Amino acid sequence: MTEPSAAPEARYVQTPAQTVGPFYGFALPYDGGAELVPGHHPRAIRLHGTVFDGAGDPVPDAILEIWQADETGALPDERGSLARDGFGFTGFGRAAVDLGGHYTFTTVEPGPVAGGAPYVLVAVFARGLIHHLFTRAYFPGNAERNAADAVLTAVPAARRQTLVCVPEGTGPTGAASYRFDIHLQGENETVFLDFDA
Amino acid sequence: MTTSQHEISAEMQAIEADARALVAEGNAPELHPRRDYPPYRSSILRHPTHELVRADPEEIERHSPAFGHSDVSPLESDLTIQHNGEPLGERMTVSGRVLDGEGRPVRHQLVEVWQANAGGRYVHKRDQHPAPLDPNFTGVGRVITGDNGEYSFTTIKPGPYPWRNHLNAWRPAHIHFSLFGTAFTQRLITQMYFPGDPLFALDPIYQSITDPAARARLIGVYDHDLSVPEFSLGYRWDIVLTGPKSTWMESEEAHD
Repeated sequence: MTEPSAAPEARYVQTPAQTVGPFYGFALPYDGGAELVPGHHPRAIRLHGTVFDGAGDPVPDAILEIWQADETGALPDERGSLARDGFGFTGFGRAAVDLGGHYTFTTVEPGPVAGGAPYVLVAVFARGLIHHLFTRAYFPGNAERNAADAVLTAVPAARRQTLVCVPEGTGPTGAASYRFDIHLQGENETVFLDFDA
Repeated sequence: MTTSQHEISAEMQAIEADARALVAEGNAPELHPRRDYPPYRSSILRHPTHELVRADPEEIERHSPAFGHSDVSPLESDLTIQHNGEPLGERMTVSGRVLDGEGRPVRHQLVEVWQANAGGRYVHKRDQHPAPLDPNFTGVGRVITGDNGEYSFTTIKPGPYPWRNHLNAWRPAHIHFSLFGTAFTQRLITQMYFPGDPLFALDPIYQSITDPAARARLIGVYDHDLSVPEFSLGYRWDIVLTGPKSTWMESEEAHD
């Protein structure tokens, strides 16, 4: 069944994914991974939430990654994304959830990239999740841009709010707090994205 | 815990028969594991039931965090030198290339690995398997790929270990791999296995990939040219990330 024209590329078939499993804790987290900016950064925000399973129970063995633009909408391209020197902004963060399924990132609210609605790209890995999932955390303050966003408008209205952080005011340090819960399954199942179009 | 291997195996065989029928009807074999794979019991409540929403990757998704030599020391690719003594086990060299879907090398990107020790025990407080810890082995390594996408780790062969999916469940020996591409959409976490493992047919995590040819892509190949005389046995494992535009190409062994 192999078409001759396909043969040269047949070697480059994707390697399948497998679950991150339960034992990533001594390997993947790294110092400062969840702090894209220090907590005392003047425009630091708290981006946090809980990962839930289909029964509504917290998932205690998930690890999340985020990747985002800076406040001006610029994408970092410096090498050294694991480094945390307190000054540079690498745009990448990694946070394991705690035993209550809760994660916290300290970051900045991204600016619009190419005029689009700003969002934080989120990748979810967990024991029991065989192949990771992508979603986006949009911010509620960008109503006009959000209303024009291709993904937000493609999603049924009832599920759209799963992609938008919930503002929680300002915490004790003066940092604005946003909650972004992730429901792997269930009534409030988060909208997950497939970029393999 | 009362489910037997026999029952799990029967479930896995039924799903694979179903997948085979889909291919026979002209559908492409599934490249990735199914997120909804009930024989892996922990997946039952942890997979989305809605279809994923198709989205065009925007600039953020088309770029990736960049890692470099400031992040990773060259010593981190040798998992056998992290302590005062030599770890127990069969010393191995695991080498390969990271490529994108068009066969282009993924240069200067981060590869992370973690694994159990030779006795099948992880250095992790939640690993309750009563096999001994090895004071000379942690089982974590990192490397930055070279100009041709190449990577190489020196380590020891991990042991298989029991888990609680069902009664008498054992994971085939494997090394966890975490990879970044040039686009965040290429992000991949997976596991590398070893040739001829008798546990393959019994393992719901491996079998969650329903296509036999796709499963085989996770198995390293023994490569005598990579073996180092008087030192280590060599395994080659190349990794292909998605895209830029992922294309499905049927391979020769698809119907094995």
